[in-house]
Amino acid sequence: MGETKKTYWKGLEQLKNDPAFVKHADKEFAVIGAEEDRGHNRRDFLKMMGFSMAAVSLAACEAPIRKAIPYVVKPVDADAGIPNYYASTYLNGGDYCSIVVKTRDGRPIKIEGNSLSNVTQGGTSAQVEASVLSLYDNYRLRGPKVGTENASWEELDKQVIAKLLEIASKGGQVRIVSNTVLSPSTLSVIETFKAKYPTTQHIQYDQNSSYGILKANEESFGKQFVPSYDFSKANVIVSVAADFIGTWVSPIEFTKQYAKTREVSEAKREMSRHFQFESNLSLTGANADYRSPIKPSQEGLVVAQLYNLLAAKAGKAALGASIENIKHLEQAATELWEAKGKSLVVAGSNDKAVQTVVNAINDLLGNYGTTILPNKPLNFRKGNDEQFASFVAEVESGKVDGVIFYNCNPVYDHVLGGKLAEALKGVSLTVSTSYTEDETSSLSGFKAPDHHYLESWNDAEPKKNSFSLSQPAITQIFKSRQTQESFLTWAGEPSADYFALLQKNWRTWFFEKQNSVADFQTFWDKSLYDGVYELPSDEFASLEFKADLASVGSSIAGNYKATSEGFELAIYENYGVGNGSQANNPLLQELPDPITKATWDNYLTVSQKDAKAKGFSMDDGTVQMGKLTVGGKSVNIPVVVQPGQTIGTIGLALGYGRTKVGKVAENIGTNAYPFLAQVNGSISFNVTEGVNLEVTSETYRIAQTQTHETYMGRENVIQEATLAEFKEKPNAGRDYPKITKWEEKVDPAAVSLWKGHEYKNHHWGMAIDLNTCTGCAACVVACNVENNVSLVGKDEVLRRREMHWLRIDRYYSSDAKPGDFVALEKAAENPEVTFQPMLCQHCNNAPCETVCPVAATTHSTEGLNQMTYNRCIGTRYCANNCPYKVRRFNWFKYHDNQQFYQSNPAMNTDLGRMVLNPEVTVRSRGVMEKCSFCAQRIQTGKLNAKKERRPVKDGEVVTACMAACSTGAILFGDMNDPESKITKLLQIEKDEKRPYGIDKKIGNPRAYRVLEEIGVKPNIFYLTKIRNKDKEKENA
Amino acid sequence: MQASSAIRETLITGGKTVGDVSEDISRQVEGKPTPLWWGAFGFSFILLALGFYSLCVLEWEGVGVWGLNKTVGWAWDITNFVWWVGIGHAGTLISAILLLFRQRWRMSINRAAEAMTIFAVICAATFPFAHMGRLWLGFYWVFPLPNTWGSLWVNFNSPLLWDVFAISTYFSVSLVFWYMGLIPDFAVIRDRAVRTGNKLRASVYNTLSFGWSGGAKTWGRYESVALILAGLSTPLVLSVHTIVSMDFATSVIPGWHTTIFPPYFVAGAIFSGFAMVLTLLIITRKVFKLEDYITIYHIELMNIVIIITGSIVGIAYITEFFVAWYGGVPAEFYAFYNRATGPYWWAYWSMMTCNVISPQLFWFKKIRTNIVATFVLSIIVNIGMWFERFVIIVTSLHRDYLPSSWSMFYPTIYDVGEYVLTFGFFFCAFLLFAKFFPVINMAEVKSIIKSTSEKKH
Repeated sequence: MGETKKTYWKGLEQLKNDPAFVKHADKEFAVIGAEEDRGHNRRDFLKMMGFSMAAVSLAACEAPIRKAIPYVVKPVDADAGIPNYYASTYLNGGDYCSIVVKTRDGRPIKIEGNSLSNVTQGGTSAQVEASVLSLYDNYRLRGPKVGTENASWEELDKQVIAKLLEIASKGGQVRIVSNTVLSPSTLSVIETFKAKYPTTQHIQYDQNSSYGILKANEESFGKQFVPSYDFSKANVIVSVAADFIGTWVSPIEFTKQYAKTREVSEAKREMSRHFQFESNLSLTGANADYRSPIKPSQEGLVVAQLYNLLAAKAGKAALGASIENIKHLEQAATELWEAKGKSLVVAGSNDKAVQTVVNAINDLLGNYGTTILPNKPLNFRKGNDEQFASFVAEVESGKVDGVIFYNCNPVYDHVLGGKLAEALKGVSLTVSTSYTEDETSSLSGFKAPDHHYLESWNDAEPKKNSFSLSQPAITQIFKSRQTQESFLTWAGEPSADYFALLQKNWRTWFFEKQNSVADFQTFWDKSLYDGVYELPSDEFASLEFKADLASVGSSIAGNYKATSEGFELAIYENYGVGNGSQANNPLLQELPDPITKATWDNYLTVSQKDAKAKGFSMDDGTVQMGKLTVGGKSVNIPVVVQPGQTIGTIGLALGYGRTKVGKVAENIGTNAYPFLAQVNGSISFNVTEGVNLEVTSETYRIAQTQTHETYMGRENVIQEATLAEFKEKPNAGRDYPKITKWEEKVDPAAVSLWKGHEYKNHHWGMAIDLNTCTGCAACVVACNVENNVSLVGKDEVLRRREMHWLRIDRYYSSDAKPGDFVALEKAAENPEVTFQPMLCQHCNNAPCETVCPVAATTHSTEGLNQMTYNRCIGTRYCANNCPYKVRRFNWFKYHDNQQFYQSNPAMNTDLGRMVLNPEVTVRSRGVMEKCSFCAQRIQTGKLNAKKERRPVKDGEVVTACMAACSTGAILFGDMNDPESKITKLLQIEKDEKRPYGIDKKIGNPRAYRVLEEIGVKPNIFYLTKIRNKDKEKENA
Repeated sequence: MQASSAIRETLITGGKTVGDVSEDISRQVEGKPTPLWWGAFGFSFILLALGFYSLCVLEWEGVGVWGLNKTVGWAWDITNFVWWVGIGHAGTLISAILLLFRQRWRMSINRAAEAMTIFAVICAATFPFAHMGRLWLGFYWVFPLPNTWGSLWVNFNSPLLWDVFAISTYFSVSLVFWYMGLIPDFAVIRDRAVRTGNKLRASVYNTLSFGWSGGAKTWGRYESVALILAGLSTPLVLSVHTIVSMDFATSVIPGWHTTIFPPYFVAGAIFSGFAMVLTLLIITRKVFKLEDYITIYHIELMNIVIIITGSIVGIAYITEFFVAWYGGVPAEFYAFYNRATGPYWWAYWSMMTCNVISPQLFWFKKIRTNIVATFVLSIIVNIGMWFERFVIIVTSLHRDYLPSSWSMFYPTIYDVGEYVLTFGFFFCAFLLFAKFFPVINMAEVKSIIKSTSEKKH
C-alpha cells in the first residue's frame, strides 16, 4: 500500500489550526465556548445527583446509634463475652446470704449461692436472686442531697460535721438507727464514730423482730442470743407459727437442713415428721405433715400445753397455763418424747414468755447441743424492740438532737413509724443513708446515699465465727458513698478508706491468728476468692436452764386465751416482697406468693367458713373489699379466701403500702406495720383484740397466676403416698396409666406413631423431687433473671399473661370423692398442699413441634425442645397444644415500650437494661417463648469441654433453677452419661437394643412423668410426694 | 334438555318467559341503586371502617388487645375463622354437588350462594393472618425461607399448613367456577346495554364477559368446563372442613382430640352454610323482587337440608358425649362434663338449643314454608354454629390437663371489632355483588324455564 498524501480535516478551524482551536482539540466538544460554563457540567450533575441520592437514602435508613466504646487498655480479667464471677455477700438489714455474682462486661447480671459458706451452703432465696435488679433501680438517689437540693459530698460533710460538732458542744444526744448490723467492721466504724461523739447510741431494730428470743434466752440462760438450729438432725419437728422455710431468722439455711430430713429413696425410707401449729397457711405449714390451725391468742397456750404434756412424761411440774383439744398436740408430744435429743421445737412468737417455754421444752428434750447450738449464735436478729421504743419516746420528748438512719426505714417499717415521722421534725440533724429516697430518707435533712451492696466492700458475721466478705462487682453507678466512709469522715478520721480498714481488721482479727498462710496478701486474696472465712466454732458447753417457769406460766395464762370470740389479725412477712425494703423490685412484685399465687398486691386472708359467714367470695380473682377495723382504725383491703386459715383469724402481709419507693411499688397494697402490737416489751405480729372485718359492696381484682385450687384428683398430675405406704412398697402412690388396644392393655410408651429420636451425644433431662421442693420460688426468680423473662405488671397478670417460664403449681387437697367434679374444685378447709414446679417438659414426642406451621419449634439432637424466635410467626398453636401450658406468648412488645415502664424496667430504662443477660435474646412482640433448659448454659459447658478436648462433666452444666434450688429438689443432667447424678437418681438402665433411644428404662420407683398416658414422653421426671403420716387424709 | 315431570314442583312461578328472566334480573344491575341499598351499604361500610380500625390497633399494639391468655391461645379469632369457612361451604355444595345430582332447584340460588362462599372464605382468611398480630409475616409463612444452609422449609406436619393449601385451593376453584358461570350473564347485560346505547356499560360488561359470543360451540365448552369444575369442587367441599377440623383433631387437647371431627365439621359447615344462604336470599328476593325465582319451594328444600345436617350435627354432639364416657379417658370425660356444666355452660346450651333443637321445628311444613320463621331460624342456626366453634375451642382449652393453668377467657372490644370487620366486608361485598352482578344465574334458569315454569293462566 502506498502512502497517501491526502489530509482530512474536521473543519476550517482545524485547517487554520489556530491556537484557540488547538486548546480545545482534545475535548469531547471541540467547539470554542461550549464548555465555558465550568460550574455546571454534565458529569458534575450526575455526580451531584448520585451523591444526593445516596446521601438521602443513607440518611433515611440510619440505624439508631448505641454508643459502644472499646477498651483502650483492656483490663486483664475482662474479656468481652466471658463472664466473671465474684464471691460476695448479700446484706439487707438483718438478712444475709453468701453469694457469687456473675458479671458480664463489668455489669452484675446474676446472683447465685456460694456453696463454700457453712451458713447458706449455696442456697439463695427469691429476694437474694432478685436483688441484682435493685442495683439498677431507677429510683436510686443519684448523689447526696441537702434538704431537697442536690449537693456535693464536701458540702454535705461540711454541714453534717458542723451540726454534729454543734450538738457535741452542747452535749446533745446523737442516735444511729439501723437494722441488725451483721458486719463486724461496720460495727467497728460505728464505735469510731461513737468515740468521736460519745453521746451517740447505736439502736438496732428488725422489721421481723426476734427480740422475744433474745429476751427469752437472757431469762433462760443469762445471755441475749439467738442460737443456731440444726433441723437436719431433727426427726421430729414441731413449729408453733414459725415459718422457718419462708421468713423465720435464717430461712435459707433452715430450708437446706429441713430438706435433708425430707429426702427419701428406696434405700432411705425414713423422713422427719413435721407438726405445724399456726394461723395463716405459711410456706412451712404447707410443707408440714400435720398442720393444726390455731388462733394467735392460743399460741402461748399451745406451747405451754406442749410443755405440760412433756413435763408429765418427764415427771416435772406443769405450767399454770393449758389448753385442750388442739389436734395433733398430744401426738406431737409423744413423738417428741420418743425422739429426745433428735427433735426440735420452734416458735415464731416474739413474746419472750412463749420463747422461754420453748427453751424449756427443748431443754427437757435434750435438744441443746444437737439440734440447737447456742455455741454458734446467729446474728441475724439483734434488734432491740424496747430500745427502739425508748428511742422514739426520746425523740418525741425532744431529747435527741441528731439521728442518722443507717440503711433503714423505720418511718415505714416500724409500728412507731408514724410517731417517729412526726417527732423527727423537732430533731435538728437528720441524716439518712438509704440508697433510695424512701419514707424515712425523704423526712431527713441530709441524704447521704450508701452504695448498693453490689458496689460495696463489707464483711459479715451471720453466725459466730462464720465470716463472709462483700466485694464490689461494679464501680459505683451514681455519686453514692459507702456509709462506713461517711461515718469515718464525719468522725473526722484522717483516712476514710473503708477498704483499708476492712483489710486492717481482717489482718488483726484473722490473719494474725492463723498460721497456715504466711503473707497477708495471699490470705486476703484467698478469703476474697472464697468469699467466706471460717473460724473453728466454740465447743458446746451445756447450759443450765434457769428461768422462772411459774411466772412465765402466769404471764402466758394472762396474755393468751383458750377460746376467743371475734377476729384476730396475724401479720406475716411476705415471701416475695419481704419486709418491704425491696418493694420497688418488680421481680418480687410479680413473683406469685407461693400460697395464694397472688402478685402485685397485699390482701387479707380469711378462712372459707368466715368468708361464707361474712359474705366474702372469690371467683377467678374477683374478690370483695373488706373493711378491717383494728383498734378503732378502719381501712379497706381486698379479702382473699384462704384454705387452711384458722377460723376467726385474718392474715395480712408486711412489705406493701409504701409511699416513697419509686414507680414500681408506689401505693400497692396497705401498710401492715402500723397494726403491729406490743407484748412483753417486744413487737407482736398478732393483734388479738379489737379486730373486726366486714364486707363492703366494692369488688376488687387480685392478680393470681393460678386460680384453680385443687388438682381435681388427677393422679396423672400429682402422685403421692404416705410414708407408711412408701415403707411397704417404694412405688406407693404411683399411677400407671394403660392404653387399651384390641387385645390387651399396654404401656403408653409402647404406642407411638413416631420412630423416636436417637440422641447419640447428650440426652438432657431433669428430675424434680416433689418431696424436697418446698415451693419457695427462688428458682422462678433465678429463671427470670437468667433468661430475661419479661415482667408484665398487674393488669397483664390479671389477664393471665405472666411470662414466667418456670412456675410453681400449688395444689390443695379436697375432701370430695373422686368423680364429684363440682366438689373437687373446692379445697378442703385445712388442706394438704403439694408444690409442683412446672416448666417446659422437653417432650421427646413434643406436641408443639408437630403443629408449628413454620418449624419454629424443633427438636435438638440432645433432647431439647427449642424455639427459634425469629422464625416464629405467632400462631400460638404450639401453646394451645401444649398439655402442660408452659408456653408463653409475647402479647405486646414488652421492651422499649412506655406501657411496661413500671413493671419491666429491665427492658425499658437505660439503667435497667444493664441487668439483661447478653446471652439470651430479648423476645419481641408476637413471638412464643418457653423454658430452654438454659440452652446458653449448656452451650457454655459444651464449649468449655470442647476447648479442653474432653467430654462434658456431670455438674458442669447447671440450669438457673437448679442452681437456685436450696434443697436440691431440681436435678439436671445428661441421661446418656452413666456416671451422672441424674442417671443414678433415676436408675436409668441401659437399653442394649437402642442405647441412645428416648425410651430409657427408669428404675426409680418414685419417678413418674406428668400426663404419661398421652405419650408425649417428657424429659422431666417427678419423684412422688411422700407425706409422713400414719393414715391418709388425717389432716382434714 | 332435561326431562320434566308433571309431579315435580314448579321451580319458577309467575309464568316467566325467557325474556322476563333477562329483564327481571338485569334490571337490578342496570337501575340506579335504591336508597335502601345505599343505606345498607353505608351501614356495612361503617362496620368495615370500625373493624379496620380495630385491626390496625391489633397489628400496631399486638395480639394482647384481644382477651386471650396463656391458657386460651385461640378464641374469637379461630372461632370466627371456622365459622366463616363453614358458611363458605354452601355455595360450592349447591353449585357442584347439586349439579352432579341434577338438582335443578339449585339454579335460582347457586349464584348468590357461590358469591357468599367467596366472600365468606375471604372473611375467614383474615383471621389466620390477623391472629398472628404481625400480618406481614403471613405472606411468607408458607414459602420456604432461603438461607445460608439452603432453603428452610415449612413444617408439612402442621395442620395449619394443610389449612393454607386446603383453603387456597378451595378459594381458587370456587372463584373460577363462580366467575365462569357469570360470563354468559355478563354477556346478556352487555347485549342489553348495546341495545340501549349505554357504551360504558357495554364495554365494561364486554370485558367482564371476555367477549362471550354465545355460539353453540362456546356453549358446549361452557357446559363441559362447568361439569369438570363441578367434579373438581365436589371433593373440595368435603376436604376443606375435614382439614380445618384436623387443626383440632390432630392435637392432644381433650375435647379437640376426636376422630369424629371431619364428618361432624363438614355436616356443621353445610348446616351453617345453608342457613346463611337462606338469611341472605330471603332478603335479596324481597328487596330485588325475585319471589318468582326464589320460591317458597326453594326455601323449603333448603330447610330440609338444614334439618338433615342439623340432625347429623346433633348426633355428633351426642356421640362425642357417649365416647367421652365410654372411652374411659378421665381428661376427656371432664372436658365434656365441663362443657355442659362448667363456667361456659351457657355457651354449650346455646349451641344445643340453636343447633339441635331449633332446626327440628322444620319438621312442621307450616314452619319450613314460612318466610319469617325460616329467616329467624336461619339466624338462630348461625348463632348456634358460632357457639359450636366457640365451645369446641374455648371450653376445651380453658380447662385442659393441668388444673393450675385453668383460666377464663373474656373478650375485649377488639375481639368484637375483628368480627365486625368481617361482617362489614362481607355485607359490603355482597351488596356490591348484588348491585353490579346478576344475582341469579340467568343462563341456567332460562334452560329450565320451559319445563319448570308455572304456566300463565
